[in-house]
Amino acid sequence: MNSRRLGALIRKETLQIIRDPSSIVIALVMPVILLLLFGYGVSLDTNNVRLAVVVENPAPAASSLVRAFADSPFFRVAELRHRAEAEHGMVTGRFKGIVVVPAAFAAQAGRADHAPIQILLDGADANTARLVRGYVEGVWSKWLAHEAGLRGHGLLSPVAVEPRVWFNPQLLSRDVLVPGLIAINMTLVGTLLTALVVAREWERGTMEAMIATPVSVAEILVGKLAPYFILGMAGMALSVVLGIALFQVPLRGSLWVLTAVSALFLIGALAMGLLISTVAKNQFVAGQIAIISAFLPAFMLSGFVFEPSSAPVWIELLSRIVAARYFVAILQTVFLAGDLWSVILPNCAALAAIAAVFLAVTLRRTHKRLE
Amino acid sequence: MDTLSVIRGVTKRFGETTALDDVSATIAAGRITGLVGADGAGKTTLVRLLAGLLLPDHGQITVCGHDSVTATDGLHAAIGYMPQRFGLYEDLSVAENLSLYAELRGLAPSSHRATFEHLLDFSGLTGFETRLAGRLSGGMKQKLGLACALIATPRLLLLDEPSVGVDPVSRRELWRMVHGLAEDGVGVLWSTAYLDEAERCHSVLLLDQGRLLRDGDPAAMTRHFEGRSFVVRGMTDKRATQSAARARADVTDALIQGAGVRLVMVENAAPPLASTLTDSPGATVKPAPPRFEDAFVALLEHRDAAIPPLPTWRPRGGGGITVEARGLTRRFGDFVAVDRVDFTMAAGEILGLLGPNGAGKSTTFRMLCGLLPPSAGEARTAGIDLARAAPEARQRLGYMSQKFSLYPDLSVRQNLNFFAGVYGLAGPRRRDAIARMIEVFGLGRMVDRNAGGLPLGFKQRLALAAAIMHGPDILFLDEPTSGVDPLVRREFWGHINAMAAEGVSVLVTTHFLDEAEYCDRIGIIHRGRMIALDAPDAIKAGIRSATLPDPSLEDAFVALVERADRRRES
Repeated sequence: MNSRRLGALIRKETLQIIRDPSSIVIALVMPVILLLLFGYGVSLDTNNVRLAVVVENPAPAASSLVRAFADSPFFRVAELRHRAEAEHGMVTGRFKGIVVVPAAFAAQAGRADHAPIQILLDGADANTARLVRGYVEGVWSKWLAHEAGLRGHGLLSPVAVEPRVWFNPQLLSRDVLVPGLIAINMTLVGTLLTALVVAREWERGTMEAMIATPVSVAEILVGKLAPYFILGMAGMALSVVLGIALFQVPLRGSLWVLTAVSALFLIGALAMGLLISTVAKNQFVAGQIAIISAFLPAFMLSGFVFEPSSAPVWIELLSRIVAARYFVAILQTVFLAGDLWSVILPNCAALAAIAAVFLAVTLRRTHKRLE
Repeated sequence: MDTLSVIRGVTKRFGETTALDDVSATIAAGRITGLVGADGAGKTTLVRLLAGLLLPDHGQITVCGHDSVTATDGLHAAIGYMPQRFGLYEDLSVAENLSLYAELRGLAPSSHRATFEHLLDFSGLTGFETRLAGRLSGGMKQKLGLACALIATPRLLLLDEPSVGVDPVSRRELWRMVHGLAEDGVGVLWSTAYLDEAERCHSVLLLDQGRLLRDGDPAAMTRHFEGRSFVVRGMTDKRATQSAARARADVTDALIQGAGVRLVMVENAAPPLASTLTDSPGATVKPAPPRFEDAFVALLEHRDAAIPPLPTWRPRGGGGITVEARGLTRRFGDFVAVDRVDFTMAAGEILGLLGPNGAGKSTTFRMLCGLLPPSAGEARTAGIDLARAAPEARQRLGYMSQKFSLYPDLSVRQNLNFFAGVYGLAGPRRRDAIARMIEVFGLGRMVDRNAGGLPLGFKQRLALAAAIMHGPDILFLDEPTSGVDPLVRREFWGHINAMAAEGVSVLVTTHFLDEAEYCDRIGIIHRGRMIALDAPDAIKAGIRSATLPDPSLEDAFVALVERADRRRES
């Protein structure tokens, strides 16, 4: 590689980036918009669930249970007298769940062999239903304990459970989502940045003039990668700052590990974009391929939303070639757990392998010829 | 004479198409070799093979001893290449483009400054160093493209159609630059579809449909036609004279040139008597010098592409003035694209609009067609004010653009059907119009073929058929013959002349100066103003001087544009 030629290509590319702000928009504005959109829009927590509590006989015990539900931050409680009204409300989507407190509640409440209340759940959204069930059961057992204490005898349950959640003590899904989101964003940014630039040179005819000079294939590729690498890293830094400052995501690992891992991932994403651009030779097609082949798999198969290990085997196998999967795992670890080498190193090895494959294929597919 | 490049038995196919068929030739140092042929003849393919960008299917190419397949690195160090689209980075300035190519071609840093100064001076771009390449005019882009290809002085310079879209003034400068290079020992390959450019080359490779027809000195090829060309002058109806001449067996070619008709006779034939060609008593037949085009047409005649007889074509007819522009002005922001243009066109007149790229030709054209409203002034077509009633006026005009505006995935019949529908032809009128177009333009064999796969000549006929099937009184042609070979161009003008003879007015823009000679009058547009409007012969006569006793239309064009620029500066 000739350093003067490489320098000239990098200088040229940098000038083009400055004069045509579309790359800057992709690298710096797009991740911010995506982060805000998904960061505020997607949340796996359930708060303020609308719950109907049907009290068939408003005795003091029943009222105290209703108050226990109403005091919970998870529920917005509507107290009803008739079961039919509540059922209608669930059919129309007004309630996510119904708690029926029967007329004989007060009489049965103290007996261990009988379930005195009934819980009905809207199972259309299984995830939410499961959460609601957990919350209802939590409120119920808390109330039982409270009542038992008042009556002066011990807990009905012989074992006391005290749950302890690691890494994300408040069980905030946002803390898990934001690092994953940054990984998805960087997949799209990295791939899109380079997917457009080689295709642009083919479209404008500048590639034909360039490959008729003594420039080498490696110089062309590095000349493209280097400027967009810096731009992509700037986008990454911006995303991290935004995640910490705006979404209060903790960064428990070290900054240098984060930087090194991001660099490794970005090289792979940029190389994938270069390969798309080299094959497509047309900006529109390259842009479409980049979104379909980079963004969608990253979103669906990276473990960002859906856990690949619970998917069918062949989908799980497919997800192993998605670089974003490893990057999501590393980022979640570095942000929430710290520099956990047993997680970081194997995932880094996978990222390095993917980047090496893309670089090698791109190098092979780029010729100084028109056919 | 050093041989720089040897092409030996080269064949190149793309799928079914044979782009080059067993071509052998040499390119010498210190000379300009013209690569001449129509669009699709194989010029670009040969240039790309020489640049090592394509691989030959058969045969071998060496450039300065480097094999184009195995020694591409050495080859790339020896050549300068300017592709058709220049290869300039439009968002980089003139100086930044030069410096990029200087580094890519490995020019020693110590000599950057001197080389840039020399090249900027050579290409007339001094003072424009900081201008972005995208903001340069067409001619200046071409010169910058050439300057970039010349950095680190190549031994072989490959220029792919460098003069397309360049006005005659810039074209002359390009030629001056290239001649200077050849004198310094650089070998130049200049590919072109313009036959007048072939005459300026030291040697010519004549390509047609992938085959090399001739290889040699263009002057020697032309000399073969010495004593066979004549000019008929002094008749009142030049188009009738042309038809009469074409009908004779001993005339191989008859072309309108200004007020005269230029004839090429078969070998050893005596010149025809003026009285056999025209009724006008004062007509004369005089010998004329041969041209390279005569040789090219004679070579192409062996090809089995029959030119159909001139069709008869009867429009609705009008009479009187059909197109009228009064103080026609168009501004885009602060920029005045067209500045107070006045002219009128009579029925049956052919008016040519000439001008450098960006001079305002297309803007004028669009205002006359009613596609663009004027900022000031008035455009009337067929007596209708376009600003008020463009749809009615449009029904009476036909428009054919440079890109033919055909649907490549529709068959010939489907294209005709579509355009008939667009013009509101229905029922028996539509059937009649389509049948007549197929007959007049000889499209019978082609009706079910897709327009995209037609030979260029047929594509052009179909485009013309689509533009005139509703019987317009006025026909607008926007660079209708760029890139077609001289035979197709002659055929096309045959149709145009026949229509004009029937009273259709024709407004045509062109870059071919000899095509401008076919027009009754030409208007030269420069920087938005009409700087001349007259018959071609009168325009030529206007600049006649002691040093230039018989100026060509190109001489006249260059002189008028330079005069207008001088007046502007003072």
